[in-house]
Amino acid sequence: MAERYSSFEPKGARWFLQRLTAGFLVVVLAFHFMLLHFVHHAYEITFMGTQARMTQVGYFATMVLFLGTATFHGVNGVYNALVNQGLSGTRKTAVKYALVGAGLLLTIQGIRVALAMTGMNVTL
Amino acid sequence: MSQSYDRGLIEDFGRWQEFSAGMWAWVLHKFTGWVLIGYLFTHIAVLSTAIPAATGDPAAYTGTLQSLEELTIVRILEVGLLSVAVFHILNGIRLLFVDLGVGLGSQDRSFYASLVLTGAIVVASVPTFISGAF
Repeated sequence: MAERYSSFEPKGARWFLQRLTAGFLVVVLAFHFMLLHFVHHAYEITFMGTQARMTQVGYFATMVLFLGTATFHGVNGVYNALVNQGLSGTRKTAVKYALVGAGLLLTIQGIRVALAMTGMNVTL
Repeated sequence: MSQSYDRGLIEDFGRWQEFSAGMWAWVLHKFTGWVLIGYLFTHIAVLSTAIPAATGDPAAYTGTLQSLEELTIVRILEVGLLSVAVFHILNGIRLLFVDLGVGLGSQDRSFYASLVLTGAIVVASVPTFISGAF
């Protein structure tokens, strides 16, 4: 048995970012659940209430950061899981770009939604 | 120097009866992760009703969310989502400690603690999640 073991050493940017985003998401996901299910009940949510929260700069920035980190953590997690399952070669490259594309689309749509929640017209 | 051992293929789910606590933790973390990323896409799709709401049709958003919340199945699925999120958070904290080399000798116990705490939080939250649904 090792006297001391730690895998917390440089293993590449994606490995480190997965842990960094995890630390952020642990706090913000718990906050999100608390605020929108316990402080405000989900069945009471209205556009006016959402707009009141999203027009606060700190809350807006936290939610956009939440979207970005959750998308990275989730998409990177799916990619890692598929690689663990034996994905390789051309299929691995195709899946990588498909996931990057899906992640970008989700982030762009999420930012449009966040801006719309402030009352901004984002229709194309 | 660290030791390693051959755990066999965890991806071979036919061996589930032989799985150790660590393997169950791995399987459950992956499963809950898949559910959460799937939900994130669905969540943004539903919240996209904020786009017409911002151009003068607030009912597109408020009406959609409140209609969904009136469905009992949605309330039950929300409890499921809470279970998945709480386990992923608690087991994720455990994994961050493991990565830092903390608590390596009690990984089984910390996994069981994650499960018990998830159960306790979810059971305590059920009244809030289903209030007014029945």
